[in-house]
Amino acid sequence: MLIGLMVIGAGLATGFALKSFNENLMYFFSTTDVVEGKAPKDTLFRLGGMVIKGSVERPNDGLMVRFKLTDFSKDVTVEYTGILPDLFREGQGIVAHGKLNAQGVFIAEEVLAKHDENYMPPEVKGSLKNQSAPVAGQ
Amino acid sequence: MIAELGHFSLILALCMAVVLGLLPIIGASRSISGWVAVARPAAFGQLLFMAVSFGCLTYGFLTHDFSIAYVAKNSNTALPVLYLVSGVWGAHEGSLLLWALILSCWTGLVALFSRNIPDITLARVLGVMGLVSIGFILFLLLTSNPFERLFPAPLEGRDLNPLLQDPGLAIHPPMLYMGYVGFSVAFAFAIAALLEGRLDAAWARWSRPWTNIAWMFLTIGIALGSWWAYYELGWGGWWFWDPVENASFMPWLIGTALIHSLAATEKRGVFKTWTVLLAIFAFSLSLLGTFLVRSGVLTSVHAFASDPARGLFILVFLAVVVGGSLLLYAIRAPYVKSSATFELVSKESAILLNNVLLVVTASSILLGTLYPLVIDALGLGKISVGPPYFNAVFIPLMAPLAIAVGLGMLLRWKRDNINVIALRVRWIVLACVAVSLLIPLVMPFYSWGAVLGITLALWTVAITVMSFVDRMGPQGFSWQRLQTVPAGFYGMTVAHLGIAVFVIGITLTSVYSVEKDVRMAPDDKLDMSGYIFEFHGVKQTQGPNYVAEQAFVTVSYEGKQVAKLEPQKRVYQVQKMPMTEAAIDAGLFRDLFVAIGEPLGNQGAWSLRIYYKSFIRWIWLGALFMAAGGLIAACDRRYKITPVAPKGIKGDSTDRSPLQRTSEVPADA
Repeated sequence: MLIGLMVIGAGLATGFALKSFNENLMYFFSTTDVVEGKAPKDTLFRLGGMVIKGSVERPNDGLMVRFKLTDFSKDVTVEYTGILPDLFREGQGIVAHGKLNAQGVFIAEEVLAKHDENYMPPEVKGSLKNQSAPVAGQ
Repeated sequence: MIAELGHFSLILALCMAVVLGLLPIIGASRSISGWVAVARPAAFGQLLFMAVSFGCLTYGFLTHDFSIAYVAKNSNTALPVLYLVSGVWGAHEGSLLLWALILSCWTGLVALFSRNIPDITLARVLGVMGLVSIGFILFLLLTSNPFERLFPAPLEGRDLNPLLQDPGLAIHPPMLYMGYVGFSVAFAFAIAALLEGRLDAAWARWSRPWTNIAWMFLTIGIALGSWWAYYELGWGGWWFWDPVENASFMPWLIGTALIHSLAATEKRGVFKTWTVLLAIFAFSLSLLGTFLVRSGVLTSVHAFASDPARGLFILVFLAVVVGGSLLLYAIRAPYVKSSATFELVSKESAILLNNVLLVVTASSILLGTLYPLVIDALGLGKISVGPPYFNAVFIPLMAPLAIAVGLGMLLRWKRDNINVIALRVRWIVLACVAVSLLIPLVMPFYSWGAVLGITLALWTVAITVMSFVDRMGPQGFSWQRLQTVPAGFYGMTVAHLGIAVFVIGITLTSVYSVEKDVRMAPDDKLDMSGYIFEFHGVKQTQGPNYVAEQAFVTVSYEGKQVAKLEPQKRVYQVQKMPMTEAAIDAGLFRDLFVAIGEPLGNQGAWSLRIYYKSFIRWIWLGALFMAAGGLIAACDRRYKITPVAPKGIKGDSTDRSPLQRTSEVPADA
């Protein structure tokens, strides 16, 4: 009886866990994936790449910041409203969580930069390596 | 010279560990009394050499010996003394050295404070800890030698990571490691019991105080880490479900289950093999935590060091420890039978429920933490599992746990009557629900989440108080009777009250906090929950090893100024690393939190992050209560007075100490 209850309970818990697990998986895409339309619309995903030098702008001196990310093959424009992490810099690799809007602009909910200036997020490093283009300006 | 001495001392510590790991265990199984007797001195010797080794590295930091590569990488002449000392464990090699030192300390403490444990058992326990120690010291010597020289020696060091230059984080790693490594004691007792084929009440009683103390340190360590993340990372969050946080939280959950399961094993002789399994898992998860943090497989703000060779070593080590102990478990556990029975409505059932919930929670967190790594390793793509998953799993599992806490205290061992219990608590339950329905009315808005959280917290408090009153007996309160209540019971009471405080903290923080990122020009005002934040501009200031832009913000409430906040944006000079230093006005019921982002335009406007955090202190306060409970319970007198056992085991295996041998073990096991 007791064992039965426990098994049912554990089963239910596992079921719920797996369900919310599936709902909350976030996939990583490179900028090339996004430009080629491989990334989903209206679903949260993670986008990584290098912030293009000179691309960071703040229209109207407001909280909204716009910049371009690249994997040295294709670029994606990112918009983020809020305070950027300390180590967000042009020329550095970052990862952003967010969704694509209808215009193909990535609306970020969160921007992550690692606390080490030489650091490159592993996903970004991987997606940069996959591009045959030489890493210009590095 | 000092560095070489440290290195040499580390090698000697390894020799001691080898002696400790081999002779006593072999001696115990073959009844060679001389080898058994080696355990204590070897444990002390290991501690001595580890301490010398650690002292040498600390000396290198204090004297700015940049010819030691590790010191050159993590220190600087401008560094304040506190951070010179904490810099020793500021990066990979030193933190591993600290780990090994703490392991030696625990081993030494067990050797010192276990005078009433039979020598044979103690030899096995210390031996197992020696084996673990061999792994860690080898790891240090082979892959991460902190004493490596750098030639030519640089004139100036590269400075400690500015994030780590903080008093909270200076003591966070030692606390966390005390906890992690402390579970090795429970692990060693479990393995020793399996080797001996004897799992009885005495074994559980020996393990309990050690497990409690380790758990206390882990609790403090995690709370410190969370507190640090809150004020230092500048995001104002207290828990991020970051893989590294999860790595410390999983052993905590299993350790919590272990504490309760040990209680049942000691008092009633039930769940014996389950308890052993929990002890194995608690320590394995501690090792896994080290692997996750130190191998660089994680995308995380905390993963400061990374090197694949190290990751491989820890992975192999982990496989040996987990695989070996599970193998031993598989061989020995079938012979251990719990003869004691209990009915569905009993304290045992409540503890079982507690254990199932905790283990399921830990497993879900493990799934969310490891799954992305596995998928990545198999080349199936890059994914990540975000906080929504963890919240979705954690909250539904923790709510029943809070109810179970109350039930566990209400129910009696072995068998109880549900009708009697229901009759006793009906008014309490009603009162809890009624009060919880009323409290959100005085809050800014009504929230059912708050009602649920407050109900759970009040239920826990009410039942804890009630069971304490019960414990005092029918004559009611008196100071004399207060003294007859055992420390273990006090500990449980305090820890369970801590759960209530913690639940109030997370509920009200997540429901009633207000967070805003805003653009503010000088003299702009912002109204948040009745608090008026006024921005007065930014000016440059100079720190010991950084320059900073410092903003001035005043906060007033109902026309009266309540706080002056001066958040900074620092740039540390050596590494040119920017750091946000939030300013916080802390209070028991609310925190006011301001951090600055960056200048916007050239009119002196800045982006500011302004938070109103309600009841956030209660989260850490609750954790402190729990830790205090663990400490109080560990001081229980019962752990000191054990059955008088003549220590006449030497050389003759038949002459075992007459500690109560329960019938569930085969006579010749």
